[in-house]
Amino acid sequence: MSGLKPGEVNLGTSIMAVEFAHGVIIGADSRTTTGSYIANRVTDKLTEVHDTIYCCRSGSAADTQAVADIVHYYLQMYSVQNGKPTVPLAASLFQELCYQNKDGLSAGIIVGGWDKENGGSVWNVPLGGSLHRQPFAIGGSGSTYIYGYCDATYRDGMNQEECIEFVKNSLALAMSRDGSSGGVIRMAVITEKGVERIFVPGDKLPVHWQG
Amino acid sequence: MTSRLQQTKGGFNFDNHVRNTMMEGKGMGIPKATKTGTTIVGLIYKDGLVLGADTRATAGPIVADKNCEKIHYLAPNMYCCGAGTAADTEMTTALISSQLELHRLSTGRQARVVTAMTMLKQMLFKYQGQIGAALILGGVDINGPHLYTIYPHGSTDKLPYVTMGSGSLAAMSVFESRFKPDLTREEGISLVQEAIEAGIFNDLGSGSNVDIVVINSEKVEVLRNYAKPNERGVKEASYKFQRGTTEVLKTSIRDLVDIKETVNIHTSEAMDIS
Repeated sequence: MSGLKPGEVNLGTSIMAVEFAHGVIIGADSRTTTGSYIANRVTDKLTEVHDTIYCCRSGSAADTQAVADIVHYYLQMYSVQNGKPTVPLAASLFQELCYQNKDGLSAGIIVGGWDKENGGSVWNVPLGGSLHRQPFAIGGSGSTYIYGYCDATYRDGMNQEECIEFVKNSLALAMSRDGSSGGVIRMAVITEKGVERIFVPGDKLPVHWQG
Repeated sequence: MTSRLQQTKGGFNFDNHVRNTMMEGKGMGIPKATKTGTTIVGLIYKDGLVLGADTRATAGPIVADKNCEKIHYLAPNMYCCGAGTAADTEMTTALISSQLELHRLSTGRQARVVTAMTMLKQMLFKYQGQIGAALILGGVDINGPHLYTIYPHGSTDKLPYVTMGSGSLAAMSVFESRFKPDLTREEGISLVQEAIEAGIFNDLGSGSNVDIVVINSEKVEVLRNYAKPNERGVKEASYKFQRGTTEVLKTSIRDLVDIKETVNIHTSEAMDIS
């Protein structure tokens, strides 16, 4: 595992994915930094790798984009020959790339999506390249601030609206405490029907204790 | 070291490696590549995009070129601004430009901007940041205008207005305060000019003139030296010494002396090699 090289673009990030009855909801902040400069304040860290399979990227922007591009390509080739891929298949492709190249990559990826076999599922691929299925996953530098909040707030079997509020509040809390996270909240609701994108502007974020 | 006579065409040459280790051993440090402390910008306007760049190239504290070109040709519908190591931006854009032309010839279609972006990012990612090219890629294709930033490690961003280089902070402050969607061509050009001038005046690494390229679906305009905010002014007074400032104390004129010389050439005998 290697740290960020000098001058490398960092996705000092808050990302999140949650399973619910009809699929998954994924979310992310929108800040990318080079040192103390915000290189992009409206970044889209939710990247499509297939029709109803997305990933949330954290770590080096270059590394995670390269990995996501490769998985995107693999899934395109797979779907031509075998039909729609499953979410665990996409997740294990991510894991394979992240584990085999763990010495050269700094990439923490959460895979979320919907498929016919499994319904909605969330898979976490943290820095070392291991793979975990979780009912919800958080990641990036901002996630450390909200482990307690998420554990206390998460409930099994939330509906879509409750789930959106959970993701929105968690990310807003992470963004307010983590200097490397911020900007707007981007979310995506992935169900059998497809993908619905949700955008929360920086001046419409949920407000918590401000001191 | 190999001499000029022995040097063969092609292959690797490690002369500089020997020199560099010698210099490093003596504590001089190895030579640094020329970096272009730069301001480069781009924005999308109503029916196309505008790219801009300053024209200063630096080698450490020295201005190496006062009017260089930083907006490189990529394809008939695409141009690319380069910041970072001058040689790397030059060679990278030239290589991708060549590949895009071959791609156009083989497909029989105008190359798309995403194609160029993907080729550039995959090349830069392969070299893990060793190629110091920070680029702004702009072009118009069948899907409309596109503007990307590409970092040396191979990450990319797609935005309506972008800046890069050492003057990017000065230029971005202009964009952040005055950019709005659907600018006219004239508004776009003057905002880009203001952004580049912010870099020229407030960043030591940037200077001299403003280069601009405007691309839309109808035509491409290369406006080389669109603005010259640093022209040398006319001096108000003459600082030449007047004739006769130095007093002539004495004069002496002499005749030329004719010298004759005879050279005898002896052809030497062949060497005895028996």
